[in-house]
Amino acid sequence: MGSPPIIEVSSLFHSYGETEAVRGVSFFVREGEIFSLLGPNGAGKSTVINVLITLLPLQKGNVTIAGYDLARDPAHVRRSIGIVFQEVTLDRDMTCREILEFHGRLYQMPAAERKARIEELLALVELRGKADTLTRHLSGGMKRRLEIARGLMTRPRILFLDEPTIGLDPQTRRRMWDYIRAVNREGTTIFLTTHYMDEADSLSDRISIMDHGTIVTTGTGWELKNRLGEDLIYLETSDNARARDVLGGVPDVGELREKSHGIVAMVKKDGTFLLPVLIERLISEGIRVHAVNLKKPSLDDVFVHYTGRELRDEGQGRGPLQGGPAGVRPG
Amino acid sequence: MRQWTGFLTIYWRDMLRFFRFKTLLVSSLVQPALWLAFFGIAMSANFARLSSGMAPLPGIREVGYLTFMAAGVIALTTLFTSLFGGIVILFDKNWGLMREVMASPLPRGHVIVGIGLSGMTKSFIQVSIITAFGILIGVEFFSGNTPVQVLVSLLGMFLFVGIFSLGFVFLSSAIAASLESPEGLQGIMTLLSLPLFFVSNALYPAAVFPPALSALSAANPLTHLINGVRYFTIGPDFQVIGVHYALSVQDVALSLGVLAVFTAAMFGIALWRFGKAVVT
Repeated sequence: MGSPPIIEVSSLFHSYGETEAVRGVSFFVREGEIFSLLGPNGAGKSTVINVLITLLPLQKGNVTIAGYDLARDPAHVRRSIGIVFQEVTLDRDMTCREILEFHGRLYQMPAAERKARIEELLALVELRGKADTLTRHLSGGMKRRLEIARGLMTRPRILFLDEPTIGLDPQTRRRMWDYIRAVNREGTTIFLTTHYMDEADSLSDRISIMDHGTIVTTGTGWELKNRLGEDLIYLETSDNARARDVLGGVPDVGELREKSHGIVAMVKKDGTFLLPVLIERLISEGIRVHAVNLKKPSLDDVFVHYTGRELRDEGQGRGPLQGGPAGVRPG
Repeated sequence: MRQWTGFLTIYWRDMLRFFRFKTLLVSSLVQPALWLAFFGIAMSANFARLSSGMAPLPGIREVGYLTFMAAGVIALTTLFTSLFGGIVILFDKNWGLMREVMASPLPRGHVIVGIGLSGMTKSFIQVSIITAFGILIGVEFFSGNTPVQVLVSLLGMFLFVGIFSLGFVFLSSAIAASLESPEGLQGIMTLLSLPLFFVSNALYPAAVFPPALSALSAANPLTHLINGVRYFTIGPDFQVIGVHYALSVQDVALSLGVLAVFTAAMFGIALWRFGKAVVT
């Protein structure tokens, strides 16, 4: 299944002085897909993306983008990609139209093509009415949309988006996702970095989870979640330590984890039918059950499973399965 | 690909920003004119009183202090404007605006050339205003010249101003590319500009300097700019407050050569510093 790879990265390393930020990363992105590099801040995502977009030198490893070798032919790589940077990089003193005009000129687009493309893109990101407004007067969401338009100005084959919805309110984030999907439907391959689980889950065809400078796992969102089993069952009991021993003896229960107030069981069967069995078993052992929760594994659970740490996500509520104060990295 | 015109894109954006902000634009134009008006008129009144008892050197054209100083104000304005011309690189770097340019196919040399040309244009505008305003308040530039001679003189003056300006914008670009943040920038600029300013013949004759200062003054690009400007605006041979100035064609050609070498060297340094800069 799938198209040929448009990005291929193998054994990429990158250090800042003594600090190894990226330690042997390999992955590929298929043409036409939305690919997410997911991980906490400091995982090395930005370093990877900065090497791919030629802002950082390629220290070690092989990278091919759109058929061009990054080390030998960075100029052609630059012409094949569009970029939306992590922080807003719009000149406050230029209008939307001027921002796009400048970008088109930077890439030496002919004047007539520039003009037509600007109108087309302003319509796409719904900024026609703001064409001659200074960017300092735009809202956060408008700025992001303008940056996406700028990234698409030269009709790149791949659009890189570095944390595209950071700092946006939930409604605006969802609208950004719609724009990203629309761009992808037009045939542009999307490379996304994010630390939002829901963002990666909702948008991506494939996801790589990165932590401490390496990729810990890769797959479709569905594959990743299924690796944890069918369901996750959370139980709070009168004696969690004993409950853990009891549940460990049930054949359909996989891995067990103790939380601050309860236990999480990853189960291999449909939890709706297994849960009553587990509760009965606990009661028969004299253990009282105070609270239960049953859910499908989320990407958060996948992340915790592979890294042993929580990745706090402001876009999602804090359910019992995500609770626990230990090991949270600063966001 | 029209790759060789890439610097025009950088030039376009910098000029767009320059003309967009009227307060900045107007103040940068009015400031040198004010300096000429107040400092120049006050100083020339003082010098007129001091030198009133002295007999002028016989047979040499005498010009007023205001005229002498106007050429100096042209040079100083060019120096200060150019020294700050490259700072935009530092701010673009700090605010992330430089990333777009760095990730584009535009060769880095074009950024330096674009910023250089934009600084040069700003200097040209300021110099035109000072010249026009100066003549209005009594500066005796181009006196006795035919219209053709005036045109030649203007071209000569702008040639000197242009080369000098490029050199100092390149220097400031090199500094801006090397700095991590704007702190300390003001200090570096003051440290650079004050010695250049005082060890030159901008406001007073350098002929009476002690030998060491005199040697420094001869190595100072600002002195060479002023030589060129005075040669074309006042003339090759004149006296002011009892000091005789004579510049031969060879002197002026040498000054132009020194400025050309200086500017070429600064371009090299700017390219090297900018090539080292990592922008993420």
